[in-house]
Amino acid sequence: MTDQAQILPGTLDLLILKAVSLGPLHGYGVLLRIGQISGQALLIEQGALYPALFRLVRQGLLKASWGTSENNRRAKFYELTTAGRKRLREEVDGWNRLAAAIGSALNAQPEEV
Amino acid sequence: MSAMASLRSYLGSIAAKFLHRDQLGADMDDEIRSHIELRAEDLERAGVPRAEAERRARIEFGGQERVKDDAYQAMGGNFFDTLQQDVRFGVRMLRKSPSFTVLAVLTLALAIGANAIVFGIMNGLVLRPLNVPHSENLYGTAYGVDPGFQSYPNYLDLRDRNHSFEDLAAFNFAFVGLDAGGNPTRANGFSTTGNYFDVLQLHPYLGRFYSRADERGPNSAPYLVLSYGYWHSRFQDDRNVIGRMVQVNKHPFTIIGVAPPEFHGTLMFISVDFFMPIVNQPEVDGQSLDTRGTTHGIFEAFGHLRPGVTPAGALADVNAVGAYLERTYPKEFGQKEAWLGRVGLTSFADPIHEFVIGLTVLAGLILLAACANLGSLFASRAADRSREVALRLALGSSRKRILRQLLTEAILISIIGGIVGLLCSVGLLRELSTWRPFPYAPIHLPVTPDVKVYIVALLLALVSGFLFGIVPVRQVLRANPYEIVKAGSGARLGRRMTVRDVLLVGQIAVCAVLVTASMVAVRGLVRSLHSDVGFDPQHSMLVGTNLTQAGYSDAQFAATQKRMIQAVETIPGAEYVGLVNNYAPLCAGAGSRVSVFKEETTDLRPANSAIDPFRYDVSPEYFHAASTTLLAGRDLTWHDDKDAPNVALGNRQFAERMYGSVENAVGRYFKFLDGTRVQIIGVVADGKYLSLTEAPEPAIFGPFLQAPTSESHLVVRSSRDPQQLAADIRTQLHGIDSGLPVDTNTWASQLDVVLFPARMATLALGVLGMMGAILSITGVFGMAAYSVSKRLRELGIRIALGGRRKEILHTALGRAFQLLAVGSLAGLVLGILATRVLAYVVYQATPRDPLVLAGVVIAMALLGLLATWIPARRALSVDPLILLREE
Repeated sequence: MTDQAQILPGTLDLLILKAVSLGPLHGYGVLLRIGQISGQALLIEQGALYPALFRLVRQGLLKASWGTSENNRRAKFYELTTAGRKRLREEVDGWNRLAAAIGSALNAQPEEV
Repeated sequence: MSAMASLRSYLGSIAAKFLHRDQLGADMDDEIRSHIELRAEDLERAGVPRAEAERRARIEFGGQERVKDDAYQAMGGNFFDTLQQDVRFGVRMLRKSPSFTVLAVLTLALAIGANAIVFGIMNGLVLRPLNVPHSENLYGTAYGVDPGFQSYPNYLDLRDRNHSFEDLAAFNFAFVGLDAGGNPTRANGFSTTGNYFDVLQLHPYLGRFYSRADERGPNSAPYLVLSYGYWHSRFQDDRNVIGRMVQVNKHPFTIIGVAPPEFHGTLMFISVDFFMPIVNQPEVDGQSLDTRGTTHGIFEAFGHLRPGVTPAGALADVNAVGAYLERTYPKEFGQKEAWLGRVGLTSFADPIHEFVIGLTVLAGLILLAACANLGSLFASRAADRSREVALRLALGSSRKRILRQLLTEAILISIIGGIVGLLCSVGLLRELSTWRPFPYAPIHLPVTPDVKVYIVALLLALVSGFLFGIVPVRQVLRANPYEIVKAGSGARLGRRMTVRDVLLVGQIAVCAVLVTASMVAVRGLVRSLHSDVGFDPQHSMLVGTNLTQAGYSDAQFAATQKRMIQAVETIPGAEYVGLVNNYAPLCAGAGSRVSVFKEETTDLRPANSAIDPFRYDVSPEYFHAASTTLLAGRDLTWHDDKDAPNVALGNRQFAERMYGSVENAVGRYFKFLDGTRVQIIGVVADGKYLSLTEAPEPAIFGPFLQAPTSESHLVVRSSRDPQQLAADIRTQLHGIDSGLPVDTNTWASQLDVVLFPARMATLALGVLGMMGAILSITGVFGMAAYSVSKRLRELGIRIALGGRRKEILHTALGRAFQLLAVGSLAGLVLGILATRVLAYVVYQATPRDPLVLAGVVIAMALLGLLATWIPARRALSVDPLILLREE
């Protein structure tokens, strides 16, 4: 548990979009999926999850519908809308650019300057 | 596309939030429950016992309510949500203190109502242009002797020689007897040039309009266009009226059209019955249109300026035409500075603007006073609620949120008050716009409220809501919750209530200004009522007739009028019967001036005239009938007729300006423009002729037998009941000619017209002054009641310790009285400084009048007493036992 990374501000939405893009999920499933795809390195605070989900619904990036879970429980499932898919692509590109830039900045050696 | 989609989902989110509130809550509960159960199952699978798994899942999830709240916030539309909460809370708080609420709403309703009415008047008279197409470019002009008085030939020259107007139309008044079969009645209309409707770009509601093509010389176009209102009231919307023949002053005219409903003539405050071509005016009123040297032909000429022509350029153009006319017709035309302005108000524009501006300033003061009043009310309320505010702060509410709440309450009050005020003022404005102050004059105030009035009133209400709502802001921002909660409600208020004190002083000062203004107005009116007008309007009856209305010709006028005088003289109780041509002094705003030359002047042209006195042509008994004092010389006699030498009487002003003194005047001569020599045979006292506010003016009185006209007024002096007398007079005159329309009015009632502006001003200022008084009462009362209630304990202790009534009162109310005195004094000084503003509004406005000063001081003192009466009673009746037990 000690090697968990701090979630950067603003990245929660991105993670949720990514998690949901792999297949419709209910809220708890989103938590599990993020844990799973980040190798348990990223853990979302449960209280922050639902406001973020509602916000994404409001922005029209996710849509929600009630359904049945794998173990026959009623749950609300979230999936990406077209706008959500587009947003995810943009955010991922943006993130990669940023990560590459920061990575190269941090790897700079004295002789390269 | 995506913007649209995201907007849609945003709105959907808000809609879900507001429309399906309960369902949404249940939905969230379901979702959270399913989350916790899923987590619990996972834990169970990992080997945790069922009960423990559920407990752990719930703990891991954290505060469900907070999550729900946060999720709820995330759905958007929080502004409305908070607003809804605030409004609900505000309504609850206001309902908890109904007296505060009612007081605040009424105060604001009063102020907003006053401002809405004043704005309605401004909107109707000043802002709203004449209701015709392209009125922004429509200018009226007048030149020659006086604005509003020019001759038809001068109009024709202006029309044809100017380079500024696309076309120039003109109109004059036509007061006629109109006979549509049966009973002839008086009707008030405009005689207009043929192009009148074309220049205005109007289209008939029914039938057709006449045009320039109909003008083919004098009396060539006997057509009538009815106004919509007259068609409606007199002809009951009868569409078959087109083509009908009617008699106008006994001459046949054909009704050809009805004007559109929204058009009632080119004067704002007059609504006319009909329009007729000016080329037919001669047969109707017997006066030729061809005379250039007259001032009776045209009331106003107007037209659209050509593209690119500025008003200043047009004015210069009109002046140039005037200069040309003066060169060409030096005997008949005296050039004066021309006038150019918006059509609809003509030369009345300036006094009306000044009046409206004065009113606006005063109404603004009322609103300021009301805001100050409400501001201090809200401040003391905030102080009363300091514990509530402190608790909320202590519990983690933000100051912003609390201020928002307080402001919401203020805005709530302002909206309710604004709506109440607006409703009242709309009712009043509607009344005003249908009001006909004089049955015989077509005066009409176009002040029907429109959208602009509603918007301005509500905006004013909102702005004042913010104004008085932010008064307690500092108080809340500085509040220290720990101190307040510790100390209890009573302790916080020290002697420092400076903001409120300043507000109260300011408010009282404003109210004192208003009270001063209304007192000044009332004094001015009383003075106008009692000023010496040079005749005695009491006990005298005016009998108006126009012989052309019964078909008489020029040669018959004098003889018929003499017979009328003799007939009326036989009525028992008629002491004196005189006659004056056209209108008597101070009637219907009518009066005509004449250029008078010294005897030695040989180059007779208007520019060389010695003075331009008012001219009246009267009968021998006139001065007796009017009770005008003869100062020197002799009265007119029946021998001063057409065959006798030309004679006249002058008034004192005339005598002194022409000949130096009254004594010198008798027996001397003067000349008219046409060279006629006239001898002065007597001098009478000065009087008022056109308005009560005019400076002493010269006037001459010639024998009516030497200048016969069709229209005249008999002046009958009698102490009999006016109604019976009028009936007798009608009987007598109908004995001479049963077809002659006769108007009877007391001279005093005619003065009502002259006094109308002063009366209206006094009424307006009186009402505003009353409002000021009411506001200062509520302000002082609020302050006094509050300070008494806050110091009840102290007062109770003092009473228990044997304090004397005087001291108690001094403690309780001394401050209120101090503030009142300071405020009143400031208001009085301001009022005196504001004389100029008042002078716009009322005649003889001078607050330096000792009576006014004393009146204001006494009024403010009385108001103070009245306002502190109840709090004082309360302070004295404090029962220390009950009070001390309470805390």
